[in-house]
Amino acid sequence: MSTSARPLAPPHRRVRRHLLSSADLDRSQVRAILDTAAEMHGVQQREVKKLPTLRGRTVVNLFFEDSTRTRSSFEIAGKWLSADVINISGKGSSTSKGESLRDTVMTVAAMGVDALVVRHHASGAAHQVSQWVDAHVVNAGDGTHEHPTQALLDAYTMERRLGDLEGRHVVIVGDLTHSRVVRSNLITLRTLGARVTLVAPPTLMPSGIGAWSQADGFDLSHDLDAVLPTADAVMMLRVQRERMSGGFFPTPREYTVGYGLTRPRLDALMAANADAVICHPGPMNRGLEISPDAADAASSLVLDQVSAGVAVRMSVLYHLLAGNDEGEDS
Amino acid sequence: MPSLLITGADLLGRGAADVLVEDGVITEVGSIRSARGADVLDADGLVALPGLVDLHTHLREPGREDAETIASGAAAAAVGGFTAVLAMANTDPVTDTAEAAERILDLGRTTGLVDVIPVGAVTKSLAGEELAELGLMHRSRARTTVFSDDGRCVHDARVMRRALEYVRAFGGVVSQHAQDPHLAGPQACAHEGELSGRLGLPGWPGVAEESVVARDVMLARHTGSRVHVAHVSTAGTVEVVRWAKAQGIAVTAEVTPHHLVLTTDLLAGYDPTFKVNPPLRPQEDVDALRAALADGTIDAVATDHAPHARQDKEHAFVDAAFGMLGLETALAVVSDVMVGSGLLDWAGVARVMSQAPARIAGLGTHGGALEVGDAAHITLVDPTAELTVDRGASLSLSRNNPWHGRMLRGAVHATVFGGRVTAQKGALA
Repeated sequence: MSTSARPLAPPHRRVRRHLLSSADLDRSQVRAILDTAAEMHGVQQREVKKLPTLRGRTVVNLFFEDSTRTRSSFEIAGKWLSADVINISGKGSSTSKGESLRDTVMTVAAMGVDALVVRHHASGAAHQVSQWVDAHVVNAGDGTHEHPTQALLDAYTMERRLGDLEGRHVVIVGDLTHSRVVRSNLITLRTLGARVTLVAPPTLMPSGIGAWSQADGFDLSHDLDAVLPTADAVMMLRVQRERMSGGFFPTPREYTVGYGLTRPRLDALMAANADAVICHPGPMNRGLEISPDAADAASSLVLDQVSAGVAVRMSVLYHLLAGNDEGEDS
Repeated sequence: MPSLLITGADLLGRGAADVLVEDGVITEVGSIRSARGADVLDADGLVALPGLVDLHTHLREPGREDAETIASGAAAAAVGGFTAVLAMANTDPVTDTAEAAERILDLGRTTGLVDVIPVGAVTKSLAGEELAELGLMHRSRARTTVFSDDGRCVHDARVMRRALEYVRAFGGVVSQHAQDPHLAGPQACAHEGELSGRLGLPGWPGVAEESVVARDVMLARHTGSRVHVAHVSTAGTVEVVRWAKAQGIAVTAEVTPHHLVLTTDLLAGYDPTFKVNPPLRPQEDVDALRAALADGTIDAVATDHAPHARQDKEHAFVDAAFGMLGLETALAVVSDVMVGSGLLDWAGVARVMSQAPARIAGLGTHGGALEVGDAAHITLVDPTAELTVDRGASLSLSRNNPWHGRMLRGAVHATVFGGRVTAQKGALA
């Protein structure tokens, strides 16, 4: 018995072998992934959720850094596509003598794996892994570099509420320096034609961001109140309290006053644009970067983001694996 | 040992002549018809330089003999045209005693390939706190003159001041790895700029080097001591050194071959082969370093040869070891980038790769001008040879070679150490 009411649209022919950076996807590819995600989202609402699409394929979640949310999301995504999913957690840091990252990865790949979903505390790790193995590699977050599936699910979630993101203004606020979410979101949102403004104190902006913003066409601000009135979406990033010890800002209280989505700012946002939405990739620091009022507001998409995560990751696995049976590169 | 007659070499670019070597010493220079019983080395078309001297190598012995030994490092040095190399102190155990220094000297002697000169640690165990036995190392057979905690910065100003003052008694010099640990901590691995921001790699800002160099030249002025700046990597450091020299402060500086060519954009692929400390910088810095080497602001080229076993490099970028090979390619790089561009002539290469480093390290028998009476340490260079670097052909035990696959114009043809040919065309003689 087929569990699918109608066949899925065929995988995009030009999606590459790996998804390492959001820059690997052009607009038509992002479009294809988001459209398939919508179909997958429909499956997710059904009683029987499994599709036979990736039956016989093996997906390994290779996580060198703990992340229950992202790992679970990929695990469910793989299982609903009937892939065999195995979770392997690597050791934290492997700088000590002995097994190198390459050894660890080659050992896993030698078992005959079709896809490796890699999470690592170090920037560039997924990129390096992709050069060592034949399997498809999906970057599930590398250090402070990128997290492309997060950007896709953010775009998916925002689109469902706002419609086409072309020309829409997305404001991203928080610890930009240490955020892989912002780097991927910048790329995907620009690919979809959105206007992006990054807001943070200068100490939490990545080095060279001025030249970067000019080259890639986005805006920078240290004044959240000045940009909120034109925002269609506000994405609040987690600010880790331990950043304080690095002297990035004086106190949590001062951070909240300057850059938190507080109740008064929520009111100002809603007054300017009743349709504006609020995102947060989680986990949230309620009371620090986002007030409970904002986190739980009708305009908050926080739980929609989590729900979309599975559908988007199903779509990514589908486009990478079902479309590249012979493993040809592009 | 038979005599050696080198015929037709262009001596330091000042004109062709024959050179007769007897008992390890240059005994005749000019037009030499014949020398009975001498081996003849036809050097027509080659440039002869005084044997190259490297102020900055890591030979890994004792401690990491899987990455390099004194013997393998000496072999790589000979092939690279060197006749003397200074071996940094950050081994395991650290070279912070007279006994440790003498052992390295002796292991070097058994190779018969180059003089291996131990660098002494400035502080015990490189911990940056208590002075190592600097005077005892100097009084040892190793006659240690250069002291460095390289790999780490002597960042405590009081410790640096005392070290500078103390070694003045015997003409010693402190070679400083300039890196403010608060501005560039252990994770810092990429030049702080737009690319490090995009790649999400912890930034290593130029000011972390420049601020320490600025402090150190003022300490040198205050104490009347001399200080040497290891591996200068930024235009800002060049400005500080230039200013200090203009004030008459006793400061010298070195630059690595890789900082004269390779730029930070090579990090875009996250290949740890290009991870080095200080990090590769943008083109503006590279240009400033070349100009400073040409005008004498930077005195010497030093390789910072840093071999690493594969398992220490095949990690995620931030976790991988710092450093790259350099001994076998240094002359070719300098030839290609400095001579090829007209910034240096061969006399200039002799200055920055032999004479200045020998003077800084106090090596009396090295760094001559190929004159009668000089020790016969001679490097013959083929200025037109085109060398495509193959990391597999290296005599180093390690393969972290950033030049792999690059074509460089100018190559070491042969190396003569103490009158004996030690290496020829990329192989030991």
